[in-house]
Amino acid sequence: MIYKLQFADLLPYWDVLVRGLAFTILLTLASTLSGVAVGTLGASARTFGPQWLSRLVGAYVELIRNTPFLVQLFFVYFGLPAAGLKLTETQAAFIAMTINLGAYSTEIIRAGIEATPKGVIEAGVSLAMTRLQVLRHVVLKPAFEKVWPALASQIIIVMLGSSVVSQISAEDLTYAANFIQSRNFRAFESYFVVALAYLMLAILARAILRALGSRLFPKA
Amino acid sequence: MPLVSIVDVRKSFGSNEVLKGVSLPVERGDVVAIVGRSGSGKSTLLRCINGLESHDSGTITVDGLEVGGAATDMRVLRRQVGMIFQQFNLFPHLTALGNVMLAPRIVLKMGEREARDIALDMLAKVGLADKRDNYPSQLSGGQQQRVAIARALAMRPMALLCDEITSALDPELINEVLRVVETLASEGMTLMLVTHEMRFARDVGTKLVFMHQGRVHEEGPPKALFAAPQTLELQQFIGASRA
Repeated sequence: MIYKLQFADLLPYWDVLVRGLAFTILLTLASTLSGVAVGTLGASARTFGPQWLSRLVGAYVELIRNTPFLVQLFFVYFGLPAAGLKLTETQAAFIAMTINLGAYSTEIIRAGIEATPKGVIEAGVSLAMTRLQVLRHVVLKPAFEKVWPALASQIIIVMLGSSVVSQISAEDLTYAANFIQSRNFRAFESYFVVALAYLMLAILARAILRALGSRLFPKA
Repeated sequence: MPLVSIVDVRKSFGSNEVLKGVSLPVERGDVVAIVGRSGSGKSTLLRCINGLESHDSGTITVDGLEVGGAATDMRVLRRQVGMIFQQFNLFPHLTALGNVMLAPRIVLKMGEREARDIALDMLAKVGLADKRDNYPSQLSGGQQQRVAIARALAMRPMALLCDEITSALDPELINEVLRVVETLASEGMTLMLVTHEMRFARDVGTKLVFMHQGRVHEEGPPKALFAAPQTLELQQFIGASRA
């Protein structure tokens, strides 16, 4: 017997799919902004901050980079309530993704900061800038420029990784697929469509990030 | 009182003592050319003046402020002494104008317009008004170095420290930078130049300092020193650089 594809069976659930898609996009957008912000602060602290802070950030980075994202998510969602912090699925998903991207982008941005020629920093210092001014006005932008492709890749990894938030019943794209195939038993079609949606999202995100990069870092 | 006063300054990197008690007064309007072999401590001396390196003992004062002194805000001191580097060290993400404007904006807290006017003046002074919108990567080495000079001048310093500013340049680009420095000298800017341009040191300098093994080995008016060096080491050094 040959399996007959029945994509039409998904149609009654189109609104579930659209809501899942919107959720994934918004969650990715929000956690990208906050995650890169955490990464920028973390990388700055690691390179320009006092030693104790640098070590603290280092410990955070190692902790996150050496544990599975799913466990981090479960810890935030199921573990933190024990410490008195009760979060909705969406809040937990956002926080876990921020922490995760924050750690990876700390390392990525740090590499960019460390690639700054020593002389350029000395030029800023010689112009009577504070260390913070040197970091902010002299170091960060070229650092971002250098690591932009790596950062863009990491953002996409996090976006695709966001599919595991369905495991705490956050209603994302993967949750939509789980939901639909449990109703119409069209697992192949459901996951196929959702996989395609992720693919499109990733391609779109890459294009947007590339365009943003050439906008932020103009070079003739 | 000298504008820059260096008294018995010592500095070691690990066990290597680079400055072994250097004393040097620099008056306002002096153009001090510091020459010597590599490793003689010239650049280190210059870098101690604005605190890029900290000296181990002795005192350096700039306009009465003691470098590294407990009561000294180094940022106030650094506003008084501009520095120009061998490798230009322009900010790569900013245009020529942006490079010159940045410190007046964020350090001197000037308004956008005022900073821009000053920056354009300074770029015009180094002959690069038409390159204001170019990024460093679009400029030749000589042009980059002139932007770096404009950037330092925009802070209205009392003195400029020039650390081998032509050493990274192709020979045909050296003169455009030296001409700018010569103009500054003729306008009365106090200059301390670590340089290998012997002719420039002789013609533009008001004082020649020959450093040797971490000490000021010989100093005096450049023309007299070039004509009749008193020490064997300076004789050899001048001879070697002529060859």
